[in-house]
Amino acid sequence: MAIDMQLDRHILRRTDSSDEEIVVNFGPQHPSTHGVINFVTQTNGEVIRRSVPDIGYLHRGLEKIGEMVPYPGYMPFTDRIDYLAAMFANEGYALAIERLLGVEAPPRAKYIRAIAGELCRISNHFISVGTMATDIGAATPLTHALRERETVNDLLEELCGARLTFNYHRIGGVAFDLPEGWATKVLRFLDHLDSYIQEWDRLITFNNIFVRRLANVGIITREKAIDYGLAGPNLRGSGVNWDIRRDMPYGAYPDFEFNIPVGTGRFGTLGDCWDRYFVRVREMVESSKIVRQALAKLPEGEIQAKVARKLKPEAGEAVGRVESARGEMLYYAVSDGSEKAYRLRVRTGSFMAMGIIEELSPGIMVADLIAIIASLDVVAPEVDR
Amino acid sequence: MTPEDLCTRLKAQFGDAVGALSETKGDRFVVVKVEKIADVCRFLKTTTGLEFDYCQDITAVDWPARKVIEVVYHVYSLVHRHGLVLKAETDREKPTIATVESVWKAATWLEREIYDLFGVNFEGHSDLRRILLPDDWVGYPLRKDYQEAGGWHGISNERPDPLVQLSKVTDEKRKAVAAAAAAAAPVAVVAPAPAVAPVAPAPTAPAVAPVAPAGPAGDERKG
Amino acid sequence: MTPQDLHQVEPGTGVLFTNTSMLDDAINLARKNSIHYLLFGLACCGIELMQTGGPRADLDRFAAIFRASPRQADLMIVAGTLTYKMAVRTKLLYDQMAEPKYVLSMGSCANCGGLFQASYSVCKGVDKIIPVDVYVPGCPPRPEALTEGLLRIQDIMMCERWKTKMRPGRVDPKAPMMISSKVSRVGSAPASPAPDHRGKAWEPSQGSHEDKT
Repeated sequence: MAIDMQLDRHILRRTDSSDEEIVVNFGPQHPSTHGVINFVTQTNGEVIRRSVPDIGYLHRGLEKIGEMVPYPGYMPFTDRIDYLAAMFANEGYALAIERLLGVEAPPRAKYIRAIAGELCRISNHFISVGTMATDIGAATPLTHALRERETVNDLLEELCGARLTFNYHRIGGVAFDLPEGWATKVLRFLDHLDSYIQEWDRLITFNNIFVRRLANVGIITREKAIDYGLAGPNLRGSGVNWDIRRDMPYGAYPDFEFNIPVGTGRFGTLGDCWDRYFVRVREMVESSKIVRQALAKLPEGEIQAKVARKLKPEAGEAVGRVESARGEMLYYAVSDGSEKAYRLRVRTGSFMAMGIIEELSPGIMVADLIAIIASLDVVAPEVDR
Repeated sequence: MTPEDLCTRLKAQFGDAVGALSETKGDRFVVVKVEKIADVCRFLKTTTGLEFDYCQDITAVDWPARKVIEVVYHVYSLVHRHGLVLKAETDREKPTIATVESVWKAATWLEREIYDLFGVNFEGHSDLRRILLPDDWVGYPLRKDYQEAGGWHGISNERPDPLVQLSKVTDEKRKAVAAAAAAAAPVAVVAPAPAVAPVAPAPTAPAVAPVAPAGPAGDERKG
Repeated sequence: MTPQDLHQVEPGTGVLFTNTSMLDDAINLARKNSIHYLLFGLACCGIELMQTGGPRADLDRFAAIFRASPRQADLMIVAGTLTYKMAVRTKLLYDQMAEPKYVLSMGSCANCGGLFQASYSVCKGVDKIIPVDVYVPGCPPRPEALTEGLLRIQDIMMCERWKTKMRPGRVDPKAPMMISSKVSRVGSAPASPAPDHRGKAWEPSQGSHEDKT
């Protein structure tokens, strides 16, 4: 096909090709690429010479749609930017527009945002570690992870009506208050989760084969991680102690006590795949702590600040940042005084993570490439928007 | 360091190339001349005390009224915990700017995206080609004057509103029923006027329009 | 009949296939209870597809198992938004599937472009590219809805008669397609003439398998 040949020729132009090597499209339809991402890989069958990510298969023009839709109406679209951690995507957008307007969500709304966000982080990390295990070759952990995720889906569905694309946050607060008895259900789930993580660790985290597949694979040094703009667990897995919730605090996070798991190079080198994986597992434990504290200290009050129906912020620009499950999600909104954004930019952690894969690819084996992609926890809509 | 201190430091080094800190509502930014942006970025990264090692975002905003495409840099220092927003205004007719790929590797892909969606040419970039859109896409979608081509390689961009189609099917059925009733009892029957009018605006004729066949097949489809 | 006569028998005719209708049911029972669906999760619906294959709403109890390769699949569940860039590959994957093959369009984006009507790069519906059998609406559809869609695909499979089964690839334009009128679609679909897939280079085709009575 003419379109693919351009990319193949580009690859071959940039590297020496030999007769023993083939250029194979790893994707875009592939169960292990975490969405529709193509990796044009030049390999001799097992050892990769170079693998270039080819993205854009899920580019839906969400930034352009941000210019066509009024401010409050864009919230469902933010769900689709990162559907696995949609609460964070909603929250980031709400924060950016609230900064433009100069309003702040009431305390109860901030706490509820933290609760919903952290539950969403648990849900996302389950998928992340579950699919990572499947990509390595263990099929059972994924079913475990999906089962746990169903409980979180049920809780969030009771909260806001949707299992996946929540559309829960509003500019100025959240849409619905906590239902009756919901807090009890959440606490029951968290009790189960705390003991379940130990079972999960026994199942897969410290499994010898799993560790040996991931340790010393895809090592990203500290400096490289910062230089390539990685964020979230990818950055922390390389030893950089940086978390937006603590370092550029927003919402209700200053009221909570929680640790930030950072990679230590326990089973291999600092910054390898296992570190990034382990950071995610430990983040689930920390999220559970945050939700408990938030439910215990939940203040009374309104859940939404008073904002006009038709939002027309003054001309200016603002940035809203959240520590999403996949890293820092930055919303940059430029307003020109009308009821639609002039420019809406979403910068996601997965986009930056894709940029580093080409750098890591020479000399590794195909199975290691899969492990690296899984450990970076990319999702296609975040990459392509 | 606060944004004011950072701005002062930059002005001390680069003089006129660096503008004043903005006063507009919201976040404050510094406008840098296009020619100097790479030097400013390198200075920010390498100078002790500044050490902006983390490039959070590079994006662009299209201002046709001012005839510029602004390239916006959100940079941060993880060491010193301070951040800055830089803007460089490129000429909208031929937007060109130096790349900062050599300063932060994160810029490689971010600048490719700006090239893809805005058409800004980054001089010195190692791999400037489209990243999100197909390679043979024409136009730069995020520009304000972008006109959709109406599809790609023969796939049309239109989707007729299904309500319009359903109402057409209903209209034709009603007409058929009324005609049959009128034929059966021509004296006393007044044919009911079809009450359903298409609500949505009539779509422009798409390249591949699905045709709705009327008749008995319609019943079974709904059954 | 001599062996030569047997070879010259028109497929779909002869004693075995016309007068023994139980064989149709047997074949279709086997086919519907061993659906191999292609993992074609593109976007958010792909996650619900995973959840549907998960422990609670288990697709495996219908003996439907996912396959990663289109060569091994007979049902393509298009789950998620189709962009133009992906449409090319979707057609390629559809062509790589072996007959008999079915397509289930899952979610609003695959049905009609979903909430991305204003987008410049979204293909407004997968049926602009490949023919669709069942449309499952939702954004994303619940696992129960997708299961219902799978059951409808099973109904379609059960109602096909070997004698007059019209699938693309089988060159018989005169024989009508016999899909029983009992089969209801989950959600409505705009009707269109059946496309002609035979021997042409890639081009956008449109339409679903319609009952032509």
